[in-house]
Amino acid sequence: MERNQMHSRIANIRKSLFEQGYLDEQFIQLEELQDNSNPDFVEEVVTLFYRDSARFLYNLDQALEKKPLDFNQLDNLMHQFKGSSTSIGAKKVKIECTQFRNYCNIRNVEGCKRAFQNIKKEYTTLRKKLEVYFQMSRQVGAIETACRPR
Amino acid sequence: MMPGSSGGSWKSSGTGGAGGDGGVPDQFPAGLRVLVVDDDSTCLMILEKMLRHCKYEVTKCNRAEVALSFLRENKNGFDVVISDVHMPDMDGFKLLEHIGLEMDLPVIMMSADDSKSVVMKGVTHGACDYLIKPVRIEALRNIWQHVVRKRKHEWKDFDPSASADEQKQPEEPDYSSSANEGNNWKNTKRRKDEDDEADERDESSSLKKPRVVWSVELHQQFVAAVNQLGIDKAVPKKILELMNVPGLTRENVASHLQKYRLYLRRLSGSQHPGGMNAGFMGSDAGYGSISSLNGLDLQALAASGQLGQLPPQSLATLQAAALGRSNNAKSTISVPVIDQRNLFSFENPKSRYPEVQSQHLTSNNSSKQINLLPGIPTNMEPKQFVSLHQSGHHSFGGMNNLVLIQMGGQSQVHVHSQNQTQSQAQSNVNTHNVLRQPVMSNEMLTRGGVADMAPTAVYNPVVSVSQASSLVNFSMNHKTDSCGTSYPLGGSLGISSLPTASSALQGDGNLDTKVSRKGIVPSYDIFNDLNQNRDWGLPDVGLTFDQSPHTIQSGLDGSNPLLHQHNRASGRDLGGHNRNLTSGKVVLPPGVETRTRHNGSNVGQPRNVYVKTENDIDGSCHNTLYSEQYGQDDLLAAILKQQQQQQGVGEPENEFVFDGYTLDDLPV
Repeated sequence: MERNQMHSRIANIRKSLFEQGYLDEQFIQLEELQDNSNPDFVEEVVTLFYRDSARFLYNLDQALEKKPLDFNQLDNLMHQFKGSSTSIGAKKVKIECTQFRNYCNIRNVEGCKRAFQNIKKEYTTLRKKLEVYFQMSRQVGAIETACRPR
Repeated sequence: MMPGSSGGSWKSSGTGGAGGDGGVPDQFPAGLRVLVVDDDSTCLMILEKMLRHCKYEVTKCNRAEVALSFLRENKNGFDVVISDVHMPDMDGFKLLEHIGLEMDLPVIMMSADDSKSVVMKGVTHGACDYLIKPVRIEALRNIWQHVVRKRKHEWKDFDPSASADEQKQPEEPDYSSSANEGNNWKNTKRRKDEDDEADERDESSSLKKPRVVWSVELHQQFVAAVNQLGIDKAVPKKILELMNVPGLTRENVASHLQKYRLYLRRLSGSQHPGGMNAGFMGSDAGYGSISSLNGLDLQALAASGQLGQLPPQSLATLQAAALGRSNNAKSTISVPVIDQRNLFSFENPKSRYPEVQSQHLTSNNSSKQINLLPGIPTNMEPKQFVSLHQSGHHSFGGMNNLVLIQMGGQSQVHVHSQNQTQSQAQSNVNTHNVLRQPVMSNEMLTRGGVADMAPTAVYNPVVSVSQASSLVNFSMNHKTDSCGTSYPLGGSLGISSLPTASSALQGDGNLDTKVSRKGIVPSYDIFNDLNQNRDWGLPDVGLTFDQSPHTIQSGLDGSNPLLHQHNRASGRDLGGHNRNLTSGKVVLPPGVETRTRHNGSNVGQPRNVYVKTENDIDGSCHNTLYSEQYGQDDLLAAILKQQQQQQGVGEPENEFVFDGYTLDDLPV
């Protein structure tokens, strides 16, 4: 049935996100916090993350344009961004952030810039995937609600 | 707060939960009231959810100053605080310190950073736990243990064994070592516990204990006693004896002493490692030139770089008192000349200045203080010296503007605020002005007899606060840059004096405690400001002097100089700091001047009292010791009212919004 198919599709998507390393355990923590009283909690958090973190990325972009680079500032910004990413379980993003900070510590300009590109890539990829995931979940939820016996 | 609800219900705390008694049967830890502070909204949201899942009551905020104001306004409204380490507006550790000093709540730090040094820092600053992000809900489930542990210590420690600890304190080696710090902190903690315990004896069943409130006046007495004994020899027992306050226990004093020491240490550590006790004005190395106060003994005190001795609070109190008094025609604030150098001596301004530049003691208390200043009656007996510091070039902030105002007495405080012009006719003490804004560029010299407002930063040593009269030493230097802190005005207007002071202030006498509290930046603030002025968020500088440049500072011309709060200094520098964090309240409204008018008497002129309050962003937090007691708002309101009448110093708030913390851009 459609509903079951949708359910399993969603489950597969979710599974692959974990298997491919996009998400980690922290995401599960968020899911566990979700309940009937707050059925869209995970989505809300992720949305909030993407909204807030855009600012960090912008600042990082700006900071990377400076000459010379202010590594302390970069590190600080990245620390915060990384903290945020970690809290939603964005695993690949977090890994790239760590790379970035490593390059920062050794003052490797090129390395930093490259790492930052990777971060942005992972960040965007994850967002797309999650958007699909949430959208499908909502659909299923809607269908279920609609079909719920009154 | 509700004393012991028998039911031990969590909500029985002051916040008015279930009314305490016999309340809810043991649901603990459900209902634990947690305050979460994190600048990251995502984390905050997640934490909130997790905590709610643990059935805790959660309040979240993403700014440290806001958190502090919550805490201050609801003294017993929370059981535990969870804070991030890395925050843009205030360092998490500073917040931790403030909370420890003022509220004695368990604080849990968290960070994505798990390096050993950071964790150690948490320990030494007194965090009761350290969580690594991402935080799991399991980690949060157990935070209640910290609350229980703290209370348990409070009860348990209340016994003679504590004395043993106390005695050990003076022998503790230099604070700088982290080991010591840890010890100190622990001791402090224990002491605080003891205090609480003492208070709560009869409430054994309750988990909440009323805290001893260190009012401005009380603190002044405390500082006076400590100074008298010498900071190294000050042991709680003796301090208690000297203070002679009924109902105060040795444990209370011990706990307070511990905090005070931490505060001093912090101040001296950062600023002038050796600055303290420098001696008389000679130590004005830092100050810039304290020499101005020659006439005043206080100056010497001030100069002595014993900074810290005079808790801002005391000053504030004094100031407040003075101010209050000044308002009244009869404000006869007697300013006892305090000989003790260390009495409110501020840390060497010099040390402060560099950094403090325009620090305003904005701690809550300070603001209060400032308010008071205006009220300081300018009539100070000649022999009362006013230690208005006039260091023209010194940043006002830095200098301790100790306004020595003797409150309560008959002597009138002659506050002479001197702007940079120093020569200001002494007669003009614009206490008002000065008080108005933290930026007191003008130094307020209370003319106790010091007529000359030497340009050098006059550090008014300050005032020994006698029980009856507190001497407020306004040494305001106005230095545009604010020397940070020196605003001794620290909000502590002695409580007793406050009433009078308040009257002075507003003329309506209701400055009192309210004002002092907030305005007075407890000495801690001053010190803090000195040191930290930059980084500390400006928690709440009680007295925030209006930094806006428009304050009259320049005008110190004799009569109305008033304080203009001198923005001078800093408007800019204050800017950063000064944010009037103070819970906004205190701003010495120009109105203060009016008060002096009343006094007429000697003060007459020097209305210009420039109190430079340093808005220490973070420093002010300390002040909060007193701040809560007084309704800052009232004071502020009063002061503002005064101001309005008086002069147009305009809304003091220009930069400082006295309503709560408005640290917008604290220069971190």
